[in-house]
Amino acid sequence: MRLSYPADVKIIQVPCTGRVDIIHLLNAIKDGADGVYVAGCLEGECHYISGNLKARKKVEYVKKTLEEIGIEPERVAMYNLSSAQGARFAEIASEMVEIVRKLGPTPVINSAA
Amino acid sequence: MIVADRKSLEEILEMVADCKKILIVGCKGCVTVCNVGGIKEVEILSSSLEIARKKAGNDIEIEMKTLERQCDNEYIEQLSETVNDYDAVVSMACGVGPQFLSEMYRDQKFFPALNTTFFGGATEHGVWEERCAGCGTCIIHKYDGLCPIARCAKSLLHGPCGGSSNSVCEISKDTECVWDLIVRKKMEQGRLEDLFIVNDFKDWRSARDGGPRRSIREELVQGNI
Amino acid sequence: MSELKSGSNLEKVLNAGYFAFTGECGPPKGANVEHLTEKFKFLKGNVDAVNITDNQTAVVRMSSLAASALLVQEGMEANFQMVCRDRNRLAMMADILGAHALGIRNMLCLSGDHQTFGNHPEAKNVHDIDSMQLIRLVKTMREGKFMNGDDIDVPPKMFIGAACNPFADPYEYRVYRLANKIEAGADFIQTQCIFNMEKFRDFMKKVVDMGLHEKCYILAGVTPMKNAGMANFMSKFVPGMDIPDDLIKRLKSVDKRDQSEEGIKFALEQIEEFKEMEGVAGVHLMAIEWEHKVPEIAERAKVLPRPQM
Repeated sequence: MRLSYPADVKIIQVPCTGRVDIIHLLNAIKDGADGVYVAGCLEGECHYISGNLKARKKVEYVKKTLEEIGIEPERVAMYNLSSAQGARFAEIASEMVEIVRKLGPTPVINSAA
Repeated sequence: MIVADRKSLEEILEMVADCKKILIVGCKGCVTVCNVGGIKEVEILSSSLEIARKKAGNDIEIEMKTLERQCDNEYIEQLSETVNDYDAVVSMACGVGPQFLSEMYRDQKFFPALNTTFFGGATEHGVWEERCAGCGTCIIHKYDGLCPIARCAKSLLHGPCGGSSNSVCEISKDTECVWDLIVRKKMEQGRLEDLFIVNDFKDWRSARDGGPRRSIREELVQGNI
Repeated sequence: MSELKSGSNLEKVLNAGYFAFTGECGPPKGANVEHLTEKFKFLKGNVDAVNITDNQTAVVRMSSLAASALLVQEGMEANFQMVCRDRNRLAMMADILGAHALGIRNMLCLSGDHQTFGNHPEAKNVHDIDSMQLIRLVKTMREGKFMNGDDIDVPPKMFIGAACNPFADPYEYRVYRLANKIEAGADFIQTQCIFNMEKFRDFMKKVVDMGLHEKCYILAGVTPMKNAGMANFMSKFVPGMDIPDDLIKRLKSVDKRDQSEEGIKFALEQIEEFKEMEGVAGVHLMAIEWEHKVPEIAERAKVLPRPQM
């Protein structure tokens, strides 16, 4: 089964979404990403008990921060799926790309870049 | 420990509106423990400010440094070489930090990123509560270790007032009535009569009312021990 | 009976063994003296003393000291309320002296509602001393000393009142707190509005068992309900209020137009019971913004004419 997902998505692998920190998500936005999402295990099925739940809280925090700055919080998202759900992975990627495309390019301009 | 909350991004952005290059200084003391002004929070504030300024098309350069403490001059001195390289310095320490910085570096501007709130502790992860008002004359032995000065909304020395209902203070359902705690603890211990006295009028000179306070420990000042 | 401490009318009434009847009046939210003296007229001759509230519910009003003085000018007797929220010990002592100079002879010592309830929640509160200590302070001053021990040349002789809420928690402790207030120097007590008679009977039994009624005059607080809505509101939103469902039901059971009459009837029944209740020396009628009903209530409660001392 070879599923394709949009080339716009750059994947950064982590051992568990519990490893993802607020600063990683913020820095992605700061450095010019149009959106960033975390794909964690299904809730209740984290190998490390609660890594994905913590990730969700961090995503919520970043959403609030973006809102405070006046940036669409939808640019950051949390998804849950299992490693067996390849089709769902591709679907989420397309969904997120679609959301971000509708929002347009990031308002965070990196003049130096 | 000293507990604080971070100011809103809007307020901090307003403070640094005219700055092109700033330093954010964190503190590894109390504010690290209460997750509001340590290394991590300095990074988050820095990134957030950068995002906001980039969005506004007005980039800001931010450097970060987290000191062991901002309430001791020996650590404040560590900034001496670089402190004037910035348009302003934002301190993420409690209210003590920006002042120690301001006193040592007279040519620089220092802004507080935090609202210092109280002396307290974490009752659960992410929740801090006030326990001490720093009044300078501790009397909690009279109240079984519970402080009505800090924890009663009216600082009553003879409570609970008529607004105590179901162990909750009249000001908010989220506020415990400390006098209810005191009375119940005394009852459980069979020492209710401890409360049947009219206490002396409190001497507030040892509190902030007596003017800014100073604590001198002679043996340390002279003996260098 | 015992030697008079202040010589106030209220003290004389109580001392002579009459069933006391006191009223209450909130100063205006402005400097409208006419409005205030209008309200006084409903109380004149119908009560032994009028409590003048001190920024009640932490809403700014004409000062209780000034309004009490205006009441005295009208030939009536004030019970000057003072809360610990708004004054430090300097201001308190100054106002106690000033009150005496203006002819005020009764004081009610209170902690005060927290300012979060009022119209200036941003205010800094004082609470230099608490209500227990304020009672002690007024007594100390009556005996001729300032808080610091200095002599007062003409001591302010006040008849000292304190509040008691038998319906706040923890209930078991309430009678001891009352005892503490009497120990501190309270000559009379005015209770919080009573609606739960069953609980109050139990409370008074405890008071009598401890002999507190022999050391201090206890005036039972009565507030006539204007309608079921008021009862509901007080039950839900006023801290320290205990309003039994039965009472709300009783008010609701009659037509809206008749609810105020039903509220007055309940108040009159209460007053009748208080007249007979051991340990109760009088009633404190808090007809909130209903001063014009006081003459009627006093008449129907058969407490008129008030004794002329």
